[in-house]
Amino acid sequence: MGIDFSALSVGDVVGEHEFTLSRDSLVRYAGASGDFNPIHYRDDVATSVGLDGVLAHGMLTMGMAVQPIIEWIGDPALIDDYGVRFTRPVLVDPMSGALVQVTAKVGQLDAEAGTARIDIVATAAGATVLGKAQVRVHAPRAADPASADSAAGPGAA
Amino acid sequence: MNPELQGRVFERTPGYLVGREKIREFSKAVFSTSPLNFDVEAARAAGYADLVAPPTFSVVVQELTLAQLLSAPDAGIDFSRVVHSDQRFTSTRPIVAGDELTAVLTVSSVKVLAGNALVTAESRIEDTAGEHVVTAVSTLVVRAE
Repeated sequence: MGIDFSALSVGDVVGEHEFTLSRDSLVRYAGASGDFNPIHYRDDVATSVGLDGVLAHGMLTMGMAVQPIIEWIGDPALIDDYGVRFTRPVLVDPMSGALVQVTAKVGQLDAEAGTARIDIVATAAGATVLGKAQVRVHAPRAADPASADSAAGPGAA
Repeated sequence: MNPELQGRVFERTPGYLVGREKIREFSKAVFSTSPLNFDVEAARAAGYADLVAPPTFSVVVQELTLAQLLSAPDAGIDFSRVVHSDQRFTSTRPIVAGDELTAVLTVSSVKVLAGNALVTAESRIEDTAGEHVVTAVSTLVVRAE
C-alpha cells in the first residue's frame, strides 16, 4: 500500500464515486449508527417540522463521502483528520431515492512533512451538500500498522 | 439554551466494546468496500489486530456523550430544534474490533445569536490504556422557538 506523495499535484483527482441512496439506506444507517431521528424515515414527521421530505443523515453523507479516499489511500491509519460542514440536506425520494456524487481532489500538499489535504466535493440534485469537507492524510510512516517497519499495529495484543 | 453550559465537562461514559459485527454493520451502512472493514485476515495482513472501523465510526461512541448533553436537565435544549452544523474527527489511530472505548464530553463553546444557540461539543475518546484514539467535535445549532 504505497501512495507516492511526491508524485501528487494540487488539483489531482484521487477518487470519484456516485452513491445511490434509498430509504432502505437511511433505515440501515439509523440502525448502524443509533441515530433514530424520525426525520430520516417518516415523511409525516419531516413535513411537520417544515422540511420538504425525508432527509439523509448528515453523518451518512459524511461517512460515504470519505470512502473514495480510503480506497485510494489503502490504510485508514493514514487519515489524521476529517471535517465537514453540513450545508444542504439530501432529500431522499421514497421511490427514486437520491444520487450523491463525490469527487476528492488534492487541495494542499506539504512534501517535506509528507502530508496532504484532500478536498471533497459532494453534490446531490445539482447542489453541493457538504462545505469545507477536508481530509488530512499523511504518507506512510514507520509507526503505521501497514508499514513493514511496524512491529505491532493498533490494538495488537 | 443555557449559556452557562460553556466549559462544562460531563462524566466519562461507560466502556463501549467495539464488536466485529458492529463494524461490519456500520461499514455496510456507509457503503464501504474496504476489505479491512470486513475481512479479519485482510486486516491482520495489513498489520491490525482485528477488523478496522471506518473513519466516522466513532460517532457511535460520541452519540453516547451527546445524549448526556441533550438530556442535561439544566441545558434547556429542545431536541427537535437541534440542527447538526459541523462535524470533525481528529484521530491518533483507527478504531479496531476489541477496543473498549470511553468518552468525555466538554462543551467548548456556547454562542447565542438572535435567540439561536451555537454549541460546540468536544468528545475525547480513549482506550482502556487511557491513550487517545479520536476526538469528535460537533457543532450544533439550537434554533430559536
